[in-house]
Amino acid sequence: MRLVVGPFNRVEGDLEVTLEVEAGVVRTAWVNSPMFRGFERILSGKDPLDALVFVPRICGICSVAQSSACAQALAAAIGVEAPENGRLAANLVLAAENLADHLTHFYLFFMPDFAREAYRARPWFDGTTERFRAVTGSAAAEALPARMEFLRLMGFLAGKWPHTLSIQPGGSGRAVQASERIRLIALLRRFRDWLECVLFGATLEEVAALEKAAALDAWCEAHPGSDFARFLEIARDLDLHRLGRATDRFISYGAYPLAQGHLFRAGVWDGGLHGLDPGAISEDISHAWLAGDEPVSHPCSGVTAPDADNAGGYTWCKAPRWNGRVMETGALARQMVHGHPLIRDLVAHDGGNVAGRVVARLLELALVVPEMERWARALRPGEPFCSHGELPREASAAGLVEAARGALGHWLEVSAGRIRNYQIIAPTTWNFSPRDRDGMPGALEQALAGTPVAPGERVPVAVQHVVRSFDPCMVCTVH
Amino acid sequence: MNLLWLQSGGCGGCTMSLLCSEARDPLGQFRDAGIDLLWHPALSEPTAAEALDLLEGCAAGRTPVDILCIEGAMLRGPHGSGRFHRVSGTGRPMTEWVARLAAQARHTLAIGTCAAYGGIPAAGENPAEACGLQYDGAIRGGLLGASYRSRSGLPVINVAGCPPHPGWVIDTLAALAAGELREEDLDALGRPRLYADQLVHHGCARNEYYEFKASAEKPSDLGCLMENLGCKGTQAHADCNLRPWNGEGSCTRGGYACVSCTEPGFEEPGHPFARTPKIAGIPIGLPTDMPKAWFVALAALSKSATPRRVRENATADHLVVTPAVRRTGLK
Repeated sequence: MRLVVGPFNRVEGDLEVTLEVEAGVVRTAWVNSPMFRGFERILSGKDPLDALVFVPRICGICSVAQSSACAQALAAAIGVEAPENGRLAANLVLAAENLADHLTHFYLFFMPDFAREAYRARPWFDGTTERFRAVTGSAAAEALPARMEFLRLMGFLAGKWPHTLSIQPGGSGRAVQASERIRLIALLRRFRDWLECVLFGATLEEVAALEKAAALDAWCEAHPGSDFARFLEIARDLDLHRLGRATDRFISYGAYPLAQGHLFRAGVWDGGLHGLDPGAISEDISHAWLAGDEPVSHPCSGVTAPDADNAGGYTWCKAPRWNGRVMETGALARQMVHGHPLIRDLVAHDGGNVAGRVVARLLELALVVPEMERWARALRPGEPFCSHGELPREASAAGLVEAARGALGHWLEVSAGRIRNYQIIAPTTWNFSPRDRDGMPGALEQALAGTPVAPGERVPVAVQHVVRSFDPCMVCTVH
Repeated sequence: MNLLWLQSGGCGGCTMSLLCSEARDPLGQFRDAGIDLLWHPALSEPTAAEALDLLEGCAAGRTPVDILCIEGAMLRGPHGSGRFHRVSGTGRPMTEWVARLAAQARHTLAIGTCAAYGGIPAAGENPAEACGLQYDGAIRGGLLGASYRSRSGLPVINVAGCPPHPGWVIDTLAALAAGELREEDLDALGRPRLYADQLVHHGCARNEYYEFKASAEKPSDLGCLMENLGCKGTQAHADCNLRPWNGEGSCTRGGYACVSCTEPGFEEPGHPFARTPKIAGIPIGLPTDMPKAWFVALAALSKSATPRRVRENATADHLVVTPAVRRTGLK
């Protein structure tokens, strides 16, 4: 039986999933990103600095991440390095977006599925419905104001969110004054309080220090009533750790550059840790509605030419590969590569899966907010926030950052003072990649194989958990 | 009132901005205004077949749509086919769905500059043949045509902005729900005058630098952004500096130029965004409603009268000269 699932909502942007179902499980899946705008073509011929206006508008939920990748590529082309204040301010702005996205995913996109009628018979159903039901649940009414107050950080450091121009190649165009720094610290403290009271029912440090799957279980028993514990209880009841396993190969470009290196290291994990070799990244267009002489290219020389009639195509999305391999990216991948003991232990038991992806996101809230507090305290009003330099007329550069959803890369080529080529690989381009020329399915396509479909289910609920566990951003995917 | 929200050729940023609503969370505000959310792609429970049943009911006229909000540009390509955005699960172009729904809707709103005028996706070669609901850039027409009226008799209401401030969307919806938005409450480009009768310049924190033409020269400088760094705040219609963004901010407070994102065609200004085009050293784009000769005369005069404090702070990233301390009472 073939099932077309769409419009797939509570993801950012448009998504359609086609499933071949046999004997109550998904045998094969095809993932379609059904919208094409053509940012890479729009950017062609533009003044290189104008990219700072265009790229955040690829995506309203990863807007700062797009700006950061662009600024990093331009900085490399200019040969400029941000002063310490600029680096800290840019990290604060990116971290605010990434953490707000994790919160949005948990409360608005992911949890409402457990309030579906399909779960009426479960012991946790009534409480979950009151708390997490879409639109009317009590959790959204608490999480949205907390998120709004947290994003006031953007009002201070970025002018507004989404779509700022304060992120500059040389750091930040928004210097923080002494009284503003004090208010920033207070704002972060308030967000910490909310997370500790409502989401965790424990200190951030206590959550960050969990090292083993067994410790997480014990913690859940000891902290009933927090939203994190509610999720863990549901996850255990529904065996979400056995759902949605993909390739167990993970990529991270490294998150939050600091003077001494990234806060979370860059690399690739495939059972062991490898250094990140950006030269090993390629994109394959064999199953996309795209035309080109080369089926596989490094993004330096990538081409984006739409061809709605390409017979092999079933999506607008290219297929990124690392050394020819399918990769998963996101918070789980980031913490796997960095080596957080809890995430390494969870993956050692059950591989990458629905439960682990959600745990990794919430864990990052506990890990990064204390870092943001440190960064805000380390700001030195009165000292420079931005360095300056001239863009050469010829340049080739890349910007690799970690968005909430994982590895985001921009590849820029400047010729005669204009953009000659601009190529983007977004996190969900990796995760929701189509097949490549060898017929190898992408990460979600692999994760969906084996997912149960109950008799008569028009919109299989387990499929929804698997898809949403990746927190896809479809507007970034094709751009 | 029933509200249906769909997204097409945009970035989802209008919704993300809306979720930053300060007065109260938007879901609560909808409830207060008597607005029932039929479906929103980021917020609602129904998905896939459940959502399609709902959309089909609306398009066929079985479920009344009092307010239709469209976010994102209409993607007409390739070659007018609409295949650059097909609604998942239907195989049909979004442009077709929007046309069907707009024929039923009591009020039709373009949320954001993409849906209003085409916006960012219409830049450059406009690869996806993007346009707005009732405008193609500054030209009336767009997907629905110049003569389109929703069932209320109003044209498309253009809540333009990239993104729009959450207050612009909430206030417009609340005014509609209260029956208080009439055609005369829209400006010449279909924007609600409740925010579009202001200029971004109004309330700009850099106003003293503007008065003395003490200009920023590079990112992070405190001075006025108009002379060198491309700022269009004196011409752009919006209340960004009267109604703060994210509690504290605005573009100019954030250290960068207003790019006039509420305006049709802002995506192709004809010059690099962060560089002011000039003729003989004088910016081409002068403040709205100001005679050029007066501007030039006043600018020359105020430049010559610039206090040292304002001049030196303009090119610094923090105050290097503080205001003199003096008694202000009458002697």
